[in-house]
Amino acid sequence: MGLLRVRRRGAYGVRAGPDGPEDRLRRFATIWSRAVFPVTSTSSTRPEFEDQLLPLARRLSEALRARTFDANEGRAVGAALVAAHCTDPEALSRSLDCVDAYLVLYCGDGGDQENLRARSARLQHAMAAGFAQALRARTLAEQEAISAAALKAQGVVAQALHATEARFRAVFEGAAIGIGIADLDGNIIQVNGALLRMFGSSEKALRTRNVQEWTHPEDAPQTWKLYDELVRGEREHYHVEKAFYRPDGTVLWTNLTVSLLRDADGEPQYQLALMEDTTERRLLNLRLRYEATHDALTGLPNRTFFFERLEKALGAGEGQRFGLCYLDLDGFKTVNDSLGHAAGDRLLVEVADRLQSCATAPGEMVARLGGDEFVALTTGPDTEREVDELAARIMNVLVAPISVDGRELTVRGSIGIVEGPAGERGPAEVLRSADITMYRAKSAGGNRFELADPEADARAITRHGLTTALPTALDRGEFFIEYQPLVHLGDGSVRGAEALVRWLHPQHGVLGPDRFIPLAEHTGLIVPLGRWVLEQSVRQAREWRERYDDAGPFRINVNLSPCQLTHPGLVQDTVDILERTGMAPDALCLEVTESALIGADDDLLKPLRRLAEMGVDIALDDFGTGYSNLANLRRLPVSILKLDRSFTQSMQQFPADPVDLKIVEGIVSLAHGLDLSVTVEGVETGAQAEQLRILGCDTAQGWYYARPGPPERLHELALVDATG
Amino acid sequence: MERPAWAPRSIDISVPSVSRIYDYYLGGSHNFEVDRDAARKAMDFMPGLPKIMQANRAFMRRAVRFAADEGITQFLDIGSGIPTFGNVHEVAQAASPGARVVYVDHDPVAVAHSQAVLAGNDDADIVAADLRKPQDILASSEIERLIDLNRPVALLLVAILHFVEDEDEPYEAVAQLREALAPGSLLVLTHASYEGIPLPEERAKGTVDVYKDIRNPLIMRSRDHIARFFEGYDMVEPGLVPMPLWRPDTTSEDEDPWAFSGFAGVGRTA
Repeated sequence: MGLLRVRRRGAYGVRAGPDGPEDRLRRFATIWSRAVFPVTSTSSTRPEFEDQLLPLARRLSEALRARTFDANEGRAVGAALVAAHCTDPEALSRSLDCVDAYLVLYCGDGGDQENLRARSARLQHAMAAGFAQALRARTLAEQEAISAAALKAQGVVAQALHATEARFRAVFEGAAIGIGIADLDGNIIQVNGALLRMFGSSEKALRTRNVQEWTHPEDAPQTWKLYDELVRGEREHYHVEKAFYRPDGTVLWTNLTVSLLRDADGEPQYQLALMEDTTERRLLNLRLRYEATHDALTGLPNRTFFFERLEKALGAGEGQRFGLCYLDLDGFKTVNDSLGHAAGDRLLVEVADRLQSCATAPGEMVARLGGDEFVALTTGPDTEREVDELAARIMNVLVAPISVDGRELTVRGSIGIVEGPAGERGPAEVLRSADITMYRAKSAGGNRFELADPEADARAITRHGLTTALPTALDRGEFFIEYQPLVHLGDGSVRGAEALVRWLHPQHGVLGPDRFIPLAEHTGLIVPLGRWVLEQSVRQAREWRERYDDAGPFRINVNLSPCQLTHPGLVQDTVDILERTGMAPDALCLEVTESALIGADDDLLKPLRRLAEMGVDIALDDFGTGYSNLANLRRLPVSILKLDRSFTQSMQQFPADPVDLKIVEGIVSLAHGLDLSVTVEGVETGAQAEQLRILGCDTAQGWYYARPGPPERLHELALVDATG
Repeated sequence: MERPAWAPRSIDISVPSVSRIYDYYLGGSHNFEVDRDAARKAMDFMPGLPKIMQANRAFMRRAVRFAADEGITQFLDIGSGIPTFGNVHEVAQAASPGARVVYVDHDPVAVAHSQAVLAGNDDADIVAADLRKPQDILASSEIERLIDLNRPVALLLVAILHFVEDEDEPYEAVAQLREALAPGSLLVLTHASYEGIPLPEERAKGTVDVYKDIRNPLIMRSRDHIARFFEGYDMVEPGLVPMPLWRPDTTSEDEDPWAFSGFAGVGRTA
């Protein structure tokens, strides 16, 4: 021990020297702090630490020399060491070493060495006890504090967790989507109410199931591959559309998202399934799809569906062919007109049923394109033979009469057949060819089928083709006007002419108004076309008037279609044209068909009245073909009746039918009574003309006088008339 | 490992906590056996760990006093852990009575303990938040109550950044904090490094592995990488240095060789 002490003394560099007690005490504190500082945890510097030890050194020094010795001072110093963060047992050991070696030496102050050493020893014992007691107290207090902190933190965390859990529980239970959790073996662990409702199952029943049992024949091929990847941890989630069987055997369709849940270490732990019930949406989609692709009346696939299928058939690979039958019923319009639309519809339904029975093989289908037009399609490599058989079957099922409202109706049809290899033509072209071929069958008398012929196709004039060509035809000046003279029956003089529009079609030659006026009406082109005709005709009339000023009143008759009648610009257009050409309104007569004015209300008649008030003549065309409501004549703003040619036809024989004569005589008398003049059409013989003159008709037109022709022809007539 | 009867279920004390390990290094008893076990394992490789921690505390103390001398009265100590003794508020409020201190830690036990320690101190509080989410810290009600961000703040990031992995973007977090601070604010930072450790790097790695095992990886960064945290700051003399060399109160002859592990520095925003 002595050796050690000497060495320590050297180590701490303390030298003895004659100085005061305070210096000696400070020296003791310095030695002590240097010994202990390396093993403390304090953040103080060593000099600061020395300052902390100085009062402790003083206490020890005073206890050492006190009159009455109190070892408890040592306890207090031991405890103070702990308070100065000297909690390492090594700090105590070093402190005791220092006290043992230096307390008596520096603080003994020359007293009884024996007694001082004994006191020092007892102070050291007390220091050890005080240190141990304080350290124990501090340790327990800190353990208590950290435990309390942990408990409190637990409370906070538990509360937060509880709130979070309660929220998630509410979300889980209240979610509209089905949520299920299963382990990686597929055992179902937890499901929510929505999922139970989707399955119509109890939780208990569902919990006994394994996810892997939920196969369905309509599972997409990749569904279970994705599942395997997920439970192996190779995939985080997947999304599929999947069907499930409910316990009652019905099918549940879902949008299914499955996610992999991993634990804190990232190891796969559970699978989470989120499913949305799409059963109804799917049914609705199927229904909407059905409705979009099927004809409401007959339940057959409609034009849309048929085009899809035809497109597919035409896009099929090499070696694939198609055969198409385009069927139009013969005389269906008559059924509709005579028996009404309801009867027509029942007929179509029965026809549809019979047609359906003709195309039952795979790759065959029947569709209704609209009206009384049906198509049957066959596909595959052998359609050359099959399409003929198909057409024959269709003709065959139509043979038996169809009973509608107690009537036995005989139905006939015309079929156009197109057959060929896939990949050459588009659906529109194929359908056009079939349509043309069908018309060819119809023109040949109907009740037959014809095979498409490319040359015939090229020649055929289709409504479609004409309709699309109409707008450019007007721009290109393909229309022209022919004039047929109107002759005064009294003196045989030419009093005017009817303007008749023609279309010089680049491929089909001259087309009469019956070919394109309905199309123009349908597309609205009639308005610009009608305006053009009116302007041309009025200009022509002015030319005539200028040339034959002395030939008496000369009038131009122009036809108005029903569509033009309702067009708001009619009056203004007419006025403009008359003003531009400088013609008086009485030089113009607008012809309106009787049928266009049937049931006409005042709104429709208003423009005609305005024109009539201006002095434009209005002629009621084709009188006698409609209802010929004579009482109605009074309220119409017309000044001329044009008798339909059917009246004049009977007068071609000699002697004429006396009943017809009476009728014409009656009409003429009535017309004159109403201050209307009467024009007759279709006069072909001199005898007819004479008869009509006797009956009192005012004006006539017909081949007897002249066919419709170019304006120059009328010059010649008028010249003849004027000179004759 | 036995779980003491009182131990909360929701806080897993079978997992060591870096703040309780730190307390153990500093001779405290605010720790559990798991913490002590991990600390002892780490000390098997680096026996001087307590000295490093002590040097951290001593540096922090000097730096807080420096800040107080600079006139700073607001302190934000992120990663404060379990205040054993010589904490920022003690040092700061001793040097500058009325100084405001906000501590931040993400360990719920450390937060609860700090709340107990700070009870009754109106000028100090603790925020439960994570350095990796600086906006959470800046938006906290405690900051709003105690810190005026229009005046300089001493931001303390002492012995914390070496627990933030690169993928958690520590530089971004430090930059976001800097942007929130008024000119004249100080960044007080220490960071672990292989540089300065009186051991071969291979052996020091043993300690890094211990922290990896307790899922609190210790990221040793080079001096250059540590210096990057001071981007946007002007370094206060003597710059980024071993802890004992930063404005020492005494000569370094008293210092333990371990205290020179890692780096410390203070920067000032322009």
